Amino acid sequence: MIAILDYGSGNLHSAYRAFAQAHPDVIVTNDPDICSSADGLVVPGVGAYAACMDQLFAAGAEKIIANRVASARPLFGICVGMQIFFTEGKEKAATKGLGIWPGSVERLNSPILPHMGWNTVTSAPGSRLFSGVEDEHFYFVHSYGARVDVPNALNTICEYGGGFLAAVEAPHVVATQFHPEKSGAAGATLIRNWVDGWVAA
Amino acid sequence: MTLAKRIIPCLDVAGGRVVKGVNFQDLKDAGDPIELAAKYYREGADELTFLDISASVEERNTTLDIVRQTAEEVFIPLTVGGGIRTAEDVNTLLRAGADKVSINTAAILRPELINEISDRFGDQVLVLSVDARRAGTKSGYEVTTHGGRTGTGIDALAWVEEAITRGVGEILLNSMDADGTKAGYDLPMIEDVRAISSVPIIASGGAGSLGDFAPALESGADALLAASVFHFGTLTIGQVKAELSRSGYSVRR
Repeated sequence: MIAILDYGSGNLHSAYRAFAQAHPDVIVTNDPDICSSADGLVVPGVGAYAACMDQLFAAGAEKIIANRVASARPLFGICVGMQIFFTEGKEKAATKGLGIWPGSVERLNSPILPHMGWNTVTSAPGSRLFSGVEDEHFYFVHSYGARVDVPNALNTICEYGGGFLAAVEAPHVVATQFHPEKSGAAGATLIRNWVDGWVAA
Repeated sequence: MTLAKRIIPCLDVAGGRVVKGVNFQDLKDAGDPIELAAKYYREGADELTFLDISASVEERNTTLDIVRQTAEEVFIPLTVGGGIRTAEDVNTLLRAGADKVSINTAAILRPELINEISDRFGDQVLVLSVDARRAGTKSGYEVTTHGGRTGTGIDALAWVEEAITRGVGEILLNSMDADGTKAGYDLPMIEDVRAISSVPIIASGGAGSLGDFAPALESGADALLAASVFHFGTLTIGQVKAELSRSGYSVRR
């Protein structure tokens, strides 16, 4: 089973539909037991970094995520759901993140923000996540990004107001700054790659 | 790596059907919204916008169903506008499958609505729709309501700046001088708004032929919205993207 963590407001319907195309058993829930035991946990995220962290704590989800990391169970963060995996976010005020990966999430250096729309990436050599969609466009909506490579992981880069991490592939934790669930056929392939490469493994 | 310029078909929805008229008058039926949305998705639309021009609560609920059903099969961003008065209205739409919402008159009547929505859901969820026309305000552009029929006396550029400060992720700039004319986008207006806007601009109003799109990007638009040319089969999204690509713009193919 794949659980999509429901810890706040926003559009989870699309994420549900997109993952359900790649896996027969997907559920949107905030149930701690289901989120802990699921074969894969998806952490979406919309809105501001601090608001996201507040909602995460309110749902008790930081413990679930920490347990999954400790027990090496597959985890997929999307957009702000990726950003909160880092040590801290610098949106509005500095906010402590989950600290799974070192580094801070900083404002992109572009005269026009948010970085909104379809962009291509330089996928990491040997990437399983981008297998077959290395040259495709993905849908981004964000003004902040992580700029320093995550150690012991494959780092995929995008450029907008400087380079930032578009995706990270670690042995058990995967994350994308873009929205695969909103990235059409390319996003569907990437989600299937995650299911095949991490969840079903 | 270049951010692609976006092509966004707009579906004006009323009573469960797509409609289109000139300056929001003399509405013609343009098809089934769910079928049209799926068709535009297959043809390479980068996003879709639904504008709910319903007159009644019953019709609004129909639109909510349309959003829900479209989100089942269309995996690109959906923006929904029309009739949004509160942050709770936004929550209802997001829960139904919308990714962004656009607000217009309600924000003019009560600008705090922008803060209420962006504080709760983030700036990126909010598109400020501005129906502007030439008038005797400071910048030479005035904000209108009721599809361009009613002037507000509010200066359009000042309004855009205020809205960005309050927290919007994009400006949907609809030129009421160009809307329905099929004579091309309003290039001077796009340039003037680009000069003061730090958020992306979606240009709207006036698209009539293949040559109209690239000049709007040259004037500073990040995305282009069109309705009639797609609904009535004058142009396909593929044709527009091929033309933009020939003109040297990055598009998603």
